[in-house]
Amino acid sequence: MAGLAADNLTCIKRDRVLFTDLSFCLSPGQLIYLRGPNGAGKTSLLRILTGLSAPESGQLMLNEEPLDKVRDRFNQQLIYVGHKAGINGALTAMENLRFWCAQHSTDFNAQQAYEVLARLGLVGLEDVPVRMLSAGQQRRVALSRLWLKQAIYWILDEPFTALDTDGIELLETHMREHVANQGAIITTSHQPLSKHAGPFTELALEYRL
Amino acid sequence: MNTLINGIFKRDMALAFRQRSELAQPLMFLLMVITLFPLGIGPGPVTLQKIGPGVIWIAAILSSLLAMERLFRDDFWDGSLEQYMLSGQSVAAIAAVKVLVHWLVSFLPLALFSPLLALFLNLTVDMYIALMLTLLLGTPLLSLVGAIAVGLTVGLQRGGVLLALLLIPVFIPLLIFATSAVDSAALQLPYRAQLAIIGAMLMLAMASAPFAIAYALKVSQN
Repeated sequence: MAGLAADNLTCIKRDRVLFTDLSFCLSPGQLIYLRGPNGAGKTSLLRILTGLSAPESGQLMLNEEPLDKVRDRFNQQLIYVGHKAGINGALTAMENLRFWCAQHSTDFNAQQAYEVLARLGLVGLEDVPVRMLSAGQQRRVALSRLWLKQAIYWILDEPFTALDTDGIELLETHMREHVANQGAIITTSHQPLSKHAGPFTELALEYRL
Repeated sequence: MNTLINGIFKRDMALAFRQRSELAQPLMFLLMVITLFPLGIGPGPVTLQKIGPGVIWIAAILSSLLAMERLFRDDFWDGSLEQYMLSGQSVAAIAAVKVLVHWLVSFLPLALFSPLLALFLNLTVDMYIALMLTLLLGTPLLSLVGAIAVGLTVGLQRGGVLLALLLIPVFIPLLIFATSAVDSAALQLPYRAQLAIIGAMLMLAMASAPFAIAYALKVSQN
């Protein structure tokens, strides 16, 4: 099956089994909504999918090939927005985006970046150090990567944290458009996805003792 | 290569410029320690000349421990490190560039101050030249080896003490050879051998440290 396939993943953190033998496939054109209580292992699963942590057992396949062999190709097609936003507070929004694009070998077009920031409601704040912005605005800066880099796979960990209702709607609409364009998204969220996000598959993790 | 220059080198330089006060702290610490010595020990030129090289090198090692922590700390806590690892670039190359910038901004200014330090501690011209050479060869070694330990301790709360415990024993050979080079210079003896040993240690560190740093950072992420 095309896409990112998880095959019998098991994750153990500090002697606690988070999940065992978890298999699923994230295919282009699919939105997976990962659900579960605090401590169920949602973030751990997402980090395993990105390759930042290793699973206890099981493996990941990208288009039928072991992910470890095609890691570089996968990274080019991946945007990960984690719990930690990955933006530096001392740099401005524009600098953060410019350096991030350079790191990810993505062409940076200042005009386009201004437009994206404007769409996210950050007009006039482009050249202010990011730590001066509110939590929601910082989150918007982090999420603007989803507009700047062309990538198939989006792995989003609590992307709606600190966003206001307009922001949530904007992001959900963007997610729906991405899925419609053969993108693949896996996201966690504590509030249910609304109709703006379009159809989605649910993947539930349970809290185990 | 472009990625590294535009994405990491320019970023870290811009950040260093924004956070200059934080960068100045270790340097001020070094200057103050060295200023205190002539005051505490007394201005006897012979004594100062005798302890001078050791004092400068010990102060440099201690201040490098202060400066070292910021190398990956912010990137770790704000999540930039995760983004580097997913950028498709080799983490070792990114780490090498970050260490280079760190050396440029925290140790190179030391070279600018060193004539002043030599004056404080009554070093002769020969000793000063030897000191400069050991600093130029030795401080990149401090940065490279220090970065491995920083990579390992970056995820820990209060990693600073552990960092000192890990690093100070490792820096002892460097301290011995560096001060011995300056001592030889004071006696008008050749000190090429000591420089060559420090140079060899630096070469080894340049070749292997970036990979060790990358591995340490990966372990810290897991």
